[in-house]
Amino acid sequence: MTTAAPTGNTVSDPPGHSPKEKAAKQRNPRFDVRERPELLLVPAVFVVLILVWEFVIPLFVDDYVLPVPSRIVDSLGQQLTDPLFWGHLEVTLRESLIGFVIGVGTAILLGTAISQVRLVEKTLMPYVVAFQTVPKVALAPLFVVWFGFGLTSKIVMAAVISFFPMLINVIEGLKAADADRIQMLTVFGASKLQVFRMVRLPSAMPFIFAGLDIGIVFAILGAVVGEFIGAKEGLGYLLLQTNYNFDIAGMFAVLVVLSVLGLLAHFLIRFAQRKIAFWAEESRVIAA
Amino acid sequence: MSLRAPGRQTSPATTAETDTDAWIRVAGLDKTYKARRSEPTVALQGIDLSVRRGEFVSVVGPSGCGKTTMLKILAGLVSRTAGDVQIAGNDVNGPLPEIGMVFQAATLLPWRTVRQNVMVPAEVQGLDKERYGTRADELLEMVGLGEFADSYPYELSGGMQQRAGICRALVHDPAVLLMDEPFGALDAMTREYMNVELLRIWQQSGKTIVLVTHSIPEAVFLSDRVVVLSARPGRIAEIVDVELDRPRELSVMASDRAGVYVDRIRRHFNATSVID
Repeated sequence: MTTAAPTGNTVSDPPGHSPKEKAAKQRNPRFDVRERPELLLVPAVFVVLILVWEFVIPLFVDDYVLPVPSRIVDSLGQQLTDPLFWGHLEVTLRESLIGFVIGVGTAILLGTAISQVRLVEKTLMPYVVAFQTVPKVALAPLFVVWFGFGLTSKIVMAAVISFFPMLINVIEGLKAADADRIQMLTVFGASKLQVFRMVRLPSAMPFIFAGLDIGIVFAILGAVVGEFIGAKEGLGYLLLQTNYNFDIAGMFAVLVVLSVLGLLAHFLIRFAQRKIAFWAEESRVIAA
Repeated sequence: MSLRAPGRQTSPATTAETDTDAWIRVAGLDKTYKARRSEPTVALQGIDLSVRRGEFVSVVGPSGCGKTTMLKILAGLVSRTAGDVQIAGNDVNGPLPEIGMVFQAATLLPWRTVRQNVMVPAEVQGLDKERYGTRADELLEMVGLGEFADSYPYELSGGMQQRAGICRALVHDPAVLLMDEPFGALDAMTREYMNVELLRIWQQSGKTIVLVTHSIPEAVFLSDRVVVLSARPGRIAEIVDVELDRPRELSVMASDRAGVYVDRIRRHFNATSVID
């Protein structure tokens, strides 16, 4: 990863220790319900939905088609105590993470080349646009044929699907640098490389993090889709198994696990963003 | 670092001014912008100007007269169509390390502390970190930002940011300080305060300053000489010697003598077009 912002030494020492800010901290607006009513409303909606699902829906829908939340929690409990389940989880995690690192790493290298070298941009951009329009999920059967039922085909799937959002964000981010800032560095005699390191790369950080955020969720998606097509292990495989057995509660349990996985990954990246790109002027998200 | 562009062969200047000791020497400067589909635009024509070492010169003129273009040519950011430009004995064919520049916006990098921002020129030019770090601290102390050295730009007011921008322009001890409407974005009170500050900084540092401004009173208050440019194509309409005593205080602007200078410069604009 090229997250080595030139301000590395300041990362461990985030701003917010000025006298001005201390005064603002007297009543922390981050957790003040009067300032942010959504802090109450979001959990309230959740509770209402669960209650309706638990007590109202069963009056109209059979339990084996749409199991009530309490049954899903039971099923989830069973899964979480089963060592086999943890094996599936580990496989999917491994596929997603390796694929993510490969996809995102390639995107950063290629995106840098495209944004900095005009000839590379002119030559490769038509291909990027063409491949971007291909529905990547539809490639999964092909990858299984090429790379087999093992981990490799899922890693390739995760890499390909997390590659494009990252690529677009890197290209846009490296071009988003403020012209005045570049001019300022130029007046003081900065070389192209210095301009890149001191302005372009830090300016791209919010974009790069947006790409990482989308990329990690897409990587999990890619791994699961790959497992749908052909696999002997993984959460996608488990999802299909429960489906064949008409274990709908079991399916929901796996879905909950997948959602939590995605959420955890998202918050991890947001956390890293706040630490590394702490100044964050704007983070325009570019979805693929 | 080879920031200095290879020396260009220059013909002997056919300039009206023969001051060979000039710290900044502009002779026969023309700038024409060529457009693909329309007539070329003449931005500057026949500019001759010599600035002594340690002098404070302002450039005023109606909007679009090319005063910012002139400053950017001095900074080596914009190429010239004809003429010679020398700063501290160097031909200007690109950014020179002898230049310090202050911009319309402070243009601080938000991911750097104030001190790290001030250090940018020293870092770019590969100067000794420790020595120039001490200098950065001294400069920040001089403009009253000593305790904000480790703050981030967003924690500073506009006037404080611009003061940090001035420190940045001075940190590598440049021969010349170029200022492009540095106080235009500030409110009137802050602006007056910054003018007084700038005079103090100028007197302490002994730098040669070329300041582009919209404000005629500001130019009169600060400068030894005020260069008045005409509307496009920008030519020198008059160079006004401001003979007000130094050190100056804001109260000098209420005097008749200052008023005479302001009126004299303003008359150029009334004759041609409205100043913005």
